[in-house]
Amino acid sequence: MSIFHDHKKLFTAASLLFGTLTLFVAVIPSLYNQKNSVPLYGAIPLTEAQEAGRQIYISNGCVGCHTQQVRNVDMDKTWGKRPGIAADYALSTRKSIWQNAGTLMGTERTGPDLTNIGERQPSQDWHLVHLYNPRIVTPQSIMAPYPWLFEVKDKAAKGDVKVAVPEAFMKGQKGIVVATQDGLNLVAYLQSLKQVKLPDGMPDPKFLYKKEKKEAMAVAGGAEPELNGSDLYAANCMACHQQNGEGLAGAFPPLKGSKVVLNDDSEIMVAIIMNGYNAQEQYGVMPAVGTNAGLTAEEVAAIMNHEKTSWGNDAKKVTVDQVKKLMELAKATAPVQ
Amino acid sequence: MIFKTINRLFKSKLQLVIITLCLFFQPFIGFSQNDTDISFFPNKSIQFIDLLITVVLITVASIVVLLLKLISNTNKTANDQTEHQKSKFKEYITNLNAAEIDVIKSKRSNSNKRLSVVIIGLLYLSPQIIFAQTGPAKREDIFSEPGIVITLVLIFIPLFFALIYLVSKVTTSFRNYNNFQKLKEAEAFAEFISDDENLPSDTELEEIKQKSTFEVVPNEISAGKKSHDSKGLLKNVTSETNYRFFATKRPPIKRPKIDPALTKLVLWFLGTAVFWLFVGSSVGEYVGIKFIVPDADTYSWLSIGRLRAVHTNLVFWAWATIGIMGLGYYIVPMVSNAPLNSIKNGWIALICVNFAMFVGAITIMAGINNGGGEYREIIWPIMAIWAVGLLLTVINFIKTIAKRTTTEIYISNWFIVASYIFILIVAFIAYIPMGQDGIGETIVQGYYMHQAVGMWFMFSMLGVLYYLLPQQLNKPIYSYSLGVLAFWSQILFYTVIGTHHFVFSALPWWLQTVAIVGSVGMLIPVVAGTTNYIMTLRGSWSKVSNSYSLPFFFVGIIYYFTGSFQGTAEAFRSTNLIWHFTDFTIAHSHITMYGIITFLLFGGIYAIVPRLTGKEPPQLGVGAHFWLALIGLQFYTIPLMIGGTLKGLMWAEGAPFIDSVVMMGPYWLWRAIGGTLMWLSHIVLVYNMYKMLQPTVDVDVKEKAFEIINQNLETNLAEPKI
Repeated sequence: MSIFHDHKKLFTAASLLFGTLTLFVAVIPSLYNQKNSVPLYGAIPLTEAQEAGRQIYISNGCVGCHTQQVRNVDMDKTWGKRPGIAADYALSTRKSIWQNAGTLMGTERTGPDLTNIGERQPSQDWHLVHLYNPRIVTPQSIMAPYPWLFEVKDKAAKGDVKVAVPEAFMKGQKGIVVATQDGLNLVAYLQSLKQVKLPDGMPDPKFLYKKEKKEAMAVAGGAEPELNGSDLYAANCMACHQQNGEGLAGAFPPLKGSKVVLNDDSEIMVAIIMNGYNAQEQYGVMPAVGTNAGLTAEEVAAIMNHEKTSWGNDAKKVTVDQVKKLMELAKATAPVQ
Repeated sequence: MIFKTINRLFKSKLQLVIITLCLFFQPFIGFSQNDTDISFFPNKSIQFIDLLITVVLITVASIVVLLLKLISNTNKTANDQTEHQKSKFKEYITNLNAAEIDVIKSKRSNSNKRLSVVIIGLLYLSPQIIFAQTGPAKREDIFSEPGIVITLVLIFIPLFFALIYLVSKVTTSFRNYNNFQKLKEAEAFAEFISDDENLPSDTELEEIKQKSTFEVVPNEISAGKKSHDSKGLLKNVTSETNYRFFATKRPPIKRPKIDPALTKLVLWFLGTAVFWLFVGSSVGEYVGIKFIVPDADTYSWLSIGRLRAVHTNLVFWAWATIGIMGLGYYIVPMVSNAPLNSIKNGWIALICVNFAMFVGAITIMAGINNGGGEYREIIWPIMAIWAVGLLLTVINFIKTIAKRTTTEIYISNWFIVASYIFILIVAFIAYIPMGQDGIGETIVQGYYMHQAVGMWFMFSMLGVLYYLLPQQLNKPIYSYSLGVLAFWSQILFYTVIGTHHFVFSALPWWLQTVAIVGSVGMLIPVVAGTTNYIMTLRGSWSKVSNSYSLPFFFVGIIYYFTGSFQGTAEAFRSTNLIWHFTDFTIAHSHITMYGIITFLLFGGIYAIVPRLTGKEPPQLGVGAHFWLALIGLQFYTIPLMIGGTLKGLMWAEGAPFIDSVVMMGPYWLWRAIGGTLMWLSHIVLVYNMYKMLQPTVDVDVKEKAFEIINQNLETNLAEPKI
């Protein structure tokens, strides 16, 4: 065969085969998808500050550890209400001649997924403290600290955003830690990361590989299995209120010995969990954790009972029915967003 | 008759092994079929039934083999009856040794004496035949119960050992039975030779005795004359020995005639490649340490997100790329049997690639980034310089091949040249702005990162191996056709598998499925390639231990098979579910990029550099490099695979994310330890490289003496003119 002896024919043939396949698996699909995906109704383009924050996110290689994709498998439910679809990424377009669009989907999950971080953790105070040094709020974290997004000043100027860094993390520095514009922009970007609801009438794609329901076991056992309040606390509350329930001075209030938690009338406690709280000057704003995470009455009850009986707290436990009623009450008083 | 045919069928052990292997892999192939709504761990009964059937079939097969052996043995002993005995005894007599003949002679002179035959007591062992439990009950759902499965496994374990015991017992009793038969035969033979008529005459016996006592004297061939090595076959004979901690390597064959200008170019490529390996792996080592000590420093330039990209880009686009180019510049002209088209363009390419990588690493550290696609972090103007280097090289190679003096283009050049064309196409598609908005960018990203690995590094190194492996073994490649098959099938399957990095993502579902199918198809080129290399190695295993390069090539070939197979296993939806996003991926990428590409590059360096410079690396150095790298890689990858799997399972169970981080702690520590060993091996490589390249030469007494003589001659000739 002459193809073995003619370099022109041989390499042309190889290139053509490779090129044709490339056309079908890369070029055509990418062009088609670029043309045919439009942003969802309700998706808001990034503001200038958020876009600047996205640049900080890119230049620090955050995508190396944090994904931004909710897969359509059951275990990814933790990271969003529905699996991601192509339209979710339609807003990420090429912004400059030097850079790619950057969907930032990522391929490694060394840290948590950030698709919906803006909803899961909307608190600016938390993000700032966490960025200064993640171990202030999550002692087990292995995330890198980002102190260059902050300045240490003797006295905070007007408009400076102060960050409550505990003494132990100041490394001998004296003064007040304030966020730089870069730091604020990055947090603004993180806060903007929210899953957009699909338009009415369009069903969410399904999560596959569901965990086998424990119902069968529950029927056999004859009793409802109790949810693990400690795990739910870890997933939803611990980031701010800490594992020991002591919170963080100047940022997040303690639950240990808290009047709200110990009160037998749990109306306020449920209202705070479901609607958030911003009444204490010395602490940061609490987001509507319960509503954002879509916690059920069973889950809220499990969390509350964990908080009411841990770290020396010794309050009466609540029942699911009580919580159900209080949740309805809280819903009625929820601030209009 | 039927037994005999079956017997023949099973006699070929290879077939048996293949059948067993097929049976074993059957359940794994089954994995690919569960698509949706099937959870991975709550065991699906089909696979366990498959496994059980496999086990039962193997048991039955071994029993059949045993029975057949029994039958054949009894047949053999039955046939050995009186007809053959006489001729057999005659044969015994011609093979008698001197002592035995003396005995016969003395017996003849003293015929009354009887030969005593010593009889050894026999040990009889009645074979115990245990029948393994066959076919399980029919109801399927029972076998999805873990309890039942465990019970069956527990039942099978003693049965399995009983089978082994049975086989050994039966074998022993056969041996005993045979010995018993032989003893009887010995008695008959003794009887036979005690009869004088059966024995040959004394003169004949004397002749047999002489033959049996013949010995070659040391100078038999030269018939006592003094030998003289007129052909100069023996050189530098030495009886000195060293302490052998590592196998003594054979020195490189004297340098072939290579253009010194090309030599210099190749050495510069390989030298800078090793430099980048050292830098890139030092960065990687530091990143690994930061997983354990996240507060190691607080400089933005050294933060983990940036250094991770520096590490991956440097080991990809600097170390592996420049190393591959260096080997290419040596191999392409060599197998074309023609000089390199342009040395100058080679130098420009070297400068382009090195410069681009230097600037690229600094820009990433400074926070200038392309937008976060893996291995695509360096911005396009810098990568364009890099691509120019590759473009110049491939034009250079094609022009060299055009000038070749051989008729056909050797398979190495197919792989090498094609890989450059492919990576240039890949890089072009990855960096042009078209089709790169929204999800399109990620489609291109999947294509880009996997084509870079498979169609550039792997493809080029396979070409290198098709030349260097036969060259180092000094024998031709096992099968040229298998190489051709691997070439086309790798293009066909590898090109489509990129999206398997985004299984379950928002990318088109059909594209994901195509990628998974392609990943399975990859087994064809991988098996073809591995078979080819292993069959080339076959029969030359002794050469592996006394060569500098072959141990590295061997490890690379083994990892080529296991690493690629692992890649296929990871691509299925059911496995991807557990392993994707975890550290398993990192273990896999190191098995492939280090175990395959880097080890093959190491082998290539040790094969070529001593030939070019005429200087050997230190024996101890090569051994230390090999073992540190190999052991380091095990410490690196195995803990990450275990930890990655556990992490995936924890996520599937719905454990809080931070728990999986805490769980990974010890595994990350092991990774850092393994990484340190690998890093140390690179320091050894740098030293070895220095030893192979160092400019000072040991004075060769002979050469120097003739230089002096020549000088004297010249001055003598010149003198009269003054």
